[in-house]
Amino acid sequence: MSILFHSVRLDADKCQGCTNCIKRCPTEAIRVRNKKAYIISDRCIDCGECIRVCPHHAKYAVSEHFNELLKYKYRIALPAPALYGQFNNLENVDYVLTGLKKMGFDDVVEVSKGAEILSSATREMFENGELKKPVISSACPAVVRLIRTRFPDLLGNLLPTCAPIDLAAKIAREKAKKETGYTDEEIGVFFITPCPAKRTAISNPLCHENYGISGAIAIKDIYPVLVQTMDKLRNDEVESINDSGIIGVGWASSGGEAAGLLKERYLAADGIENVINVLDELENEKLNDLDFIELNCCTGGCVGGVLTVENLYVAKARLQRLRKFMPVSCNRLEDYFTLDDLGWTKELTASPAMKLADNVITAMKMMSRLKEIERSLPGLDCGICGAPSCRALADDIVRGYAQETDCVLHNIQVGGKDDWLPAPFRMKVQNEESGDKNDG
Amino acid sequence: MEETIKLHYVVPGDDFTRAGAASGDVKHTLKQLGVSPAVIRNVSIAMYEGEINMVIHAGGGEIDVEISEKDIKMTLADKGPGIANVELAMKEGYSTAPDNIRTLGFGAGMGLPNIKKYTDSFRIETQVGVGTTLFLSVNIA
Repeated sequence: MSILFHSVRLDADKCQGCTNCIKRCPTEAIRVRNKKAYIISDRCIDCGECIRVCPHHAKYAVSEHFNELLKYKYRIALPAPALYGQFNNLENVDYVLTGLKKMGFDDVVEVSKGAEILSSATREMFENGELKKPVISSACPAVVRLIRTRFPDLLGNLLPTCAPIDLAAKIAREKAKKETGYTDEEIGVFFITPCPAKRTAISNPLCHENYGISGAIAIKDIYPVLVQTMDKLRNDEVESINDSGIIGVGWASSGGEAAGLLKERYLAADGIENVINVLDELENEKLNDLDFIELNCCTGGCVGGVLTVENLYVAKARLQRLRKFMPVSCNRLEDYFTLDDLGWTKELTASPAMKLADNVITAMKMMSRLKEIERSLPGLDCGICGAPSCRALADDIVRGYAQETDCVLHNIQVGGKDDWLPAPFRMKVQNEESGDKNDG
Repeated sequence: MEETIKLHYVVPGDDFTRAGAASGDVKHTLKQLGVSPAVIRNVSIAMYEGEINMVIHAGGGEIDVEISEKDIKMTLADKGPGIANVELAMKEGYSTAPDNIRTLGFGAGMGLPNIKKYTDSFRIETQVGVGTTLFLSVNIA
């Protein structure tokens, strides 16, 4: 990879330089410098946690604007199943799909269709017995990036397939070319995305080439227009487009992909902290009796994506209700592809972002110093230096990105006065002066 | 001069929520050093089992870790009850863990056998009523 694309960005004008995002980043990829947050590109996994926690809305996700559609003669929408949970009183998915066509898309292919094909493919791969158990789902691009950054030992457990979106894109493109005669350049294929990680995966797929996805439009951006279009739809206008069932749509929520494998020995964890805990357990070989591990960085699964509109639990309840009107599954692998079509074509390698140095001896020298510096720091993890913790500051110092004097308590510790500091940072030096007086 | 990194941990007794903190920190440190994943796995599994043993049987203890270019040495010392029959304790499936521990999913009798399995050198010093010390090392290939 020459240039690292990230969909998660900073709007420097809005950033107040507070410490909310640095504390929540799962890969410690953010620092505050000169009163602005700074994202360390090599470490960012585009999970979107910082977008979620920033009180000033200074973090945002890059996605395509509607104008982008005008570049193409034939436009296809690939809606994520999470989209279906955004609407009140929806009983028929075709309202949403027809709405997308009314909005200006020439065709709509559901990502849940790709999901059903992938469920079918995974079941076959399990039967073939070639997978290293427990198999970890590779559907969440943020999880894949988290593993290559923090848990490289587990790379071999990832399900070596493309994602539902890729299969949907391939089907949509082939169909369009056959039916219309347009060339690839004339056809625009747009994912309606619940999260920034999936937008990143389009520009920067780690394990295979792009399957022909032109861009992604955020659910939150399309929602207002789509709702208006759907409101105006007459019943007789609604087309029969929906071609996926409970299994495909189930992928929107945590546990859906695992349920689609029709196996009992699985685990489904969601929310970045929980995902990290499970990966830790897995690394300690404590989950070896499981067949499958589904991990979603967002709480609740994709339906909790940071680019969705509706509260995730409300959206989940709506998806639950939609299932009532759906068949179990409408798509099988053999109807579209063979296993060879959806495998990885590039080797997935560990990210060296966390390593101190390439050379072990150099790394050890840096580590010795890091530990020494860490011991000298106050251990408050206050974040005022701009790093998420004292350990992270020590790490930055040995890498040459920060200095010990960046710690506000550094001067105090070498013997200065601390009256000027806010209460939590003052040290009680003269016992006889403070403390006792208050008792009387 | 040979570069070594020395780490010291105190493992509190009877607190399962904190068991694993020391091995977790060592794992993090080794990852940053760029040590191979297989070595990291062996070290963290062996050390985790040792930590759990300290919590279950010995009311806690202390762990010293020494990382060099050649190997990772771990010394796990406790002042617990000691092991009366080491040969038996080394058998897979043998455990003296009480029932309340077993209901937590521990006490399967795999602790010491696993520690031996995942380390390149394993030595145990134990005396009933005095305590147990494990001397472990994992080679960096």
